[in-house]
Amino acid sequence: MKAAPTHAAAAAEFLKDSERSHWHDETLWHVRSKRDVSAQKIPEWEQLRTLASQIKDHVLSNLDNLLLQFEKKAQANGIEVLWAKDAQEHNEHVLRILEENQVKQLVKSKSILTEECGLNHFLEDKGYDVVDTDLGERIIQFNKQVPSHIVMPAIHLKKKEIGDIFHEHLGTDAGADDPKYLTEAARQHLRQKFIQAHAAITGVNFGIAETGGFVVCTNEGNADMGTHLADIHIACMGIEKLIPRAADLGVYLRLLARSATGQSITNYTSHFHRPRKGKKMYLILVDNGRTKQLGREDFRNSLKCIRCGACMNTCPIYRRSSGFSYNSTVPGPIGSILSPGMDLNKHSTLPFASTLCGSCSDVCPVKINIHEQLYKWRQVITKEGPPQVSKRWAMRFGGQVMSKPRLFELMGKMARKSLSISPRGFVYNSFNAWGKHRELPEVPKETFKDWYRKNRNHDK
Amino acid sequence: MKVGLFIPCYVEQFYPKAAIATLELLEKAGVEVAYPLKQTCCGQPMANSGYEVFGQGASDLFRENFAEFDYVVCPSGSCTLHAKEHILSNKEGEPKLYELCEFMTDVLQVKELKSRFPYKVGLHASCHGLRGLGLARPSELMVPDFNKPLHLLEMVEDIDLVHLARKDECCGFGGTFAVFEEAISVQMGKDRIQDHQEQGVAVITGADMSCLMHLEGLLRRDKSPIKVMHIAEILNGQEPDK
Ligand code: SF4
Repeated sequence: MKAAPTHAAAAAEFLKDSERSHWHDETLWHVRSKRDVSAQKIPEWEQLRTLASQIKDHVLSNLDNLLLQFEKKAQANGIEVLWAKDAQEHNEHVLRILEENQVKQLVKSKSILTEECGLNHFLEDKGYDVVDTDLGERIIQFNKQVPSHIVMPAIHLKKKEIGDIFHEHLGTDAGADDPKYLTEAARQHLRQKFIQAHAAITGVNFGIAETGGFVVCTNEGNADMGTHLADIHIACMGIEKLIPRAADLGVYLRLLARSATGQSITNYTSHFHRPRKGKKMYLILVDNGRTKQLGREDFRNSLKCIRCGACMNTCPIYRRSSGFSYNSTVPGPIGSILSPGMDLNKHSTLPFASTLCGSCSDVCPVKINIHEQLYKWRQVITKEGPPQVSKRWAMRFGGQVMSKPRLFELMGKMARKSLSISPRGFVYNSFNAWGKHRELPEVPKETFKDWYRKNRNHDK
Repeated sequence: MKVGLFIPCYVEQFYPKAAIATLELLEKAGVEVAYPLKQTCCGQPMANSGYEVFGQGASDLFRENFAEFDYVVCPSGSCTLHAKEHILSNKEGEPKLYELCEFMTDVLQVKELKSRFPYKVGLHASCHGLRGLGLARPSELMVPDFNKPLHLLEMVEDIDLVHLARKDECCGFGGTFAVFEEAISVQMGKDRIQDHQEQGVAVITGADMSCLMHLEGLLRRDKSPIKVMHIAEILNGQEPDK
């Protein structure tokens, strides 16, 4: 299989436009800062995080039973529940529902799961026009892109670029980039689509085992607009999105929006329990690699994710390389621990796209040990991923030197000597990635060991 | 109390002044310190690159070198964290491992320092020490504020400590990350430096020489007058290089 572009290469490309990368960094840092201000106002913030993490522990340990309970309740409420073992099966379920109900027009609110399953492409190939109704998603749909962020899918685009896209697709005035004006244009455009739609597809933020109901959080109310107008509601849900009781919901709702954007709650938090009279509601429960991840002791915690995006906003690498550099549906730190589980070869560079600074783990509202899992994926990848001969050789050699004190001193001496006598061009060349933009440390006259032998008379 | 000094490999080779300052600081505090000469490295470079196995020899050597001590003190948050997580498990009978600042505040409970440093200083919070060892409150966590390295620096006479716009953003060193993700590593370093520069610092300090080595590399290439110094050097009252 051909190797995917490495994260490093994609990041270097993005950074070439330093003005844009700087703007991207500042924009997301601003969101992270809003999160801080908002979280600070909750005295029990850290307790909430712990609780949220523990509830998810419970869910992951009892997923089988909770899912069955959820299914039973949902069915009793009149929801048709379908199971999908993978993306293909999920997409086929959706197609079958559309065909059975002779749906011609459909709208879709934001769902990263349907991105993961490639639903839009699948349906477009079958002749359907899928209209994304989340403003950000509609913008990138016009622009033929995928989301670069799971909460703010068009965050990589500047106002002016959005103005240009709207000019091309919606006929807004050329050069107009006033957000109010553009939003109004989008509203008019989408309103038509809402009215025409026979089916509405939504994601699911939380499924509640106890009640068989589910919750969808949006800021634009587009999920509600879609589902209230259409006869058919298809909700697509990853099986890990479950929580045990309605009473647990508050814990997550308090954390979700604050972590995501600093809002105290999403503008719309919609609870769905049963279809309205004469209408239909479907719920597709998708595995697509999740039970596999559940079986990986070191990585199962990644399934606690509530997709708030905070780890992206805080990540100094994500902020400077943008979501596309990850080449995976879920980018950023959480994507880097989820994606290798889906395709180790394709995503083998992602766990290395981190300094292991740990900011992601500390910001995560469900306390996923993201940076520790990045470290663990590295150990897996060097064993099972694509071979990296020279890196492996260097590390093995380094390991040998470091285990033999005399050899270490000798190698150190040689390196120091050659560094101090070599002409610059010898040291700073294209093989020396360190030295492209950085000086190497100056070579001191003596090492600490030399000094210690001279100045402290211990014989140890 | 028998204290063994662990000096990270690159500090031993390239930054002996930081090591000497660490030793002298501990000696001034009345601690009996020894430096086992057979030490090399904690094995972190191999492990963080995904080759934990090749770091095994270094780990074994580390354990051997320090078996006889009550405490091991190391002037690097990152190496301390790695050794804590992968070499010494803080079991009964094993030496207890501390990063220099936490050893001074938590074990020695240092209350005053006889040193002076009349310069504008920016403190770089290295991530592994910050979040891994808990040297300070990371900005993400909503817990009461504390900062051990800052607490020590505040004891230095005439020091002028600045406030940064992003007080604990990573500098982009990250071990082999600095090489394999060169472009982004460099950008992160430059951004960090700019924050310090905007506050007009003369010196950037921190508890991890590796981050400082990365920042120094950028500063020197840029011919910037800003110097980097390990926190031990400042606490020990050393002057910056001219
Ligand atoms: S891993 Fe945590 S911080 Fe990142 S998106 Fe998921 S819940 Fe949010």
